[in-house]
Amino acid sequence: MAGTGFLESLKATFGAKISGANLDNLDPWIEVTPDGLLEVCRYLRDEPSLLFDYLSCISGVDYLHTDEKKAAKSEWQPHSEVVYHLFSMKHKHSLVLKVMLPRWKNDKPGELPELPSVVDLWSTADWHEREVYDLSGIFFKGHPNLRRILCPEDWVGHPLRKDYEMPLEYHGIRGR
Amino acid sequence: MSAVVEDPRIIEFDVRTDEMLVNMGPQHPSTHGVLRLVLRTDGEIVSETVPHIGYLHRCAEKIGENLTPRQWIPYTDRMDYLAAMNMNLGWALTVEKLMGYRVPERGRHLRVLITELNRIASHLVGMGAYGLDLGTFSPFLYAFREREKILDLFEEACGARLTYSYLTPGGATADLPRGWLKKCEDFLDELDPIIWEYHTLLTSNSIFVKRTTGIGILSPQMAIDFGTSGPVLRGSGVDHDMRRDGEEIYTSLYEGYAFEVICERDGHYPRDHAYPPVPYEAVLGDCWHRFYVRMLEVVQSIDLCRQAIDRYSMSSGSHGEPIKLTTKLPKGECYLETECPKGQMGFYLVSSGESIPWRVRARSSSFCNLSVANTLCRGCLIADIPAIVGSLDIVMGEIDR
Repeated sequence: MAGTGFLESLKATFGAKISGANLDNLDPWIEVTPDGLLEVCRYLRDEPSLLFDYLSCISGVDYLHTDEKKAAKSEWQPHSEVVYHLFSMKHKHSLVLKVMLPRWKNDKPGELPELPSVVDLWSTADWHEREVYDLSGIFFKGHPNLRRILCPEDWVGHPLRKDYEMPLEYHGIRGR
Repeated sequence: MSAVVEDPRIIEFDVRTDEMLVNMGPQHPSTHGVLRLVLRTDGEIVSETVPHIGYLHRCAEKIGENLTPRQWIPYTDRMDYLAAMNMNLGWALTVEKLMGYRVPERGRHLRVLITELNRIASHLVGMGAYGLDLGTFSPFLYAFREREKILDLFEEACGARLTYSYLTPGGATADLPRGWLKKCEDFLDELDPIIWEYHTLLTSNSIFVKRTTGIGILSPQMAIDFGTSGPVLRGSGVDHDMRRDGEEIYTSLYEGYAFEVICERDGHYPRDHAYPPVPYEAVLGDCWHRFYVRMLEVVQSIDLCRQAIDRYSMSSGSHGEPIKLTTKLPKGECYLETECPKGQMGFYLVSSGESIPWRVRARSSSFCNLSVANTLCRGCLIADIPAIVGSLDIVMGEIDR
């Protein structure tokens, strides 16, 4: 999926909401802006020739070098990514969507970046978004029940962030 | 309280029930590990089921960011520990996809043989434990008797009985020992007729049928919407199997193999004349159908194993060399889903060009399969909860990762 023709037609429909693409990667991906996400996803799910009715996976990826030397040589600025892997049961094709987000909202550490929730489109997103919130620290607006799912509810921090540090102690249990 | 009841038949209307929260687990025998369900009940009727998971969470994904792909193989074992070979294969193929590596012919057939054998073992446990959930103990013992022989075969091949770390990126850690194929063939010949014992014990057992038919009905639309996979998806009549519909690197393993996706089409299962008939009470997508799909998949896997043995013994070349620990991964990212016994297991690998991945993500099949529990259990009886949750055949190690 995701040939150049498909990308062009998406761009014609959504304009600037399709903010980029990489078609050379093993799994070509299409980049969507956070505010265009819902609209694009709804189109991808309902358009008869696409019918991406199956959401395989939502993953959060954190891009940050904790090592200063590596950060100086880095090709990218620190940011977070949310990756959606879609599949169509009817046409048996797949698609990768990406959304780029700042690591912190308004660059204030502690304020989680926000993204609209796609729970209304795919129920899979319910638990997957909770997991991404829990481990990668992305806030999904409109999610009906955004609580931690794998970590305990009183856990502090988001373990899959690159600058996460294991707590020294949790309820009397030594952490490290 | 109530006034005097004159007609004893109306006493039931006078019994007042209150809403009550019932905590089931995390150490309940029928929750398959450390799963905690909080049930909102009114009398015997359950209105809401809230699964609480995470008791086995060890953040394997974070660990994966600090290990090379081959070192992470043991962690994949511990996800679905009942089908560790399949998990090994999923991760190995993801790494190979990124590296553009293809295993030699012999390694390909070895992988099919080993993973299908493990699929049989996993479904046997699924079947036995399901009987246990419903209060019958003997199928569990029968299933473990057979599974034990598979574990013996695996022990001979790789030295471990549960967490194998056998299939690695690049191939397998060792070739099959001499005489192994003969033993495997003997075992398959032995297992084939025994399947009928299981059918008499459970599939066509009238108590079992009464307990499992017509409850926990999952419609195909809902199954797709919730991202369920494996027997749960196919039990709802959705014709989808990654071994046929997956990506080329995975389906090429099964190239040339004769096999059919087990799911109901036009009211029939493939070759269903050879199995007990579908009871008339059963509704497509209920617990019985999910169980039945698993039973038929065992037969299918026996067939696939036999084909793999033939091809393996005829093929030449090596079983593939495991990649070196210090091998640098090419820059890029890829995602691959494979068909594990419990469903589609996906691995997402992001590499920044070092020997250690930048990010590893495991998409768990049981995780999605369990998320449908609340919808399935709405309105059912408390006694049906183990029947419904058991029919999803979940493994907590994989859900919590």
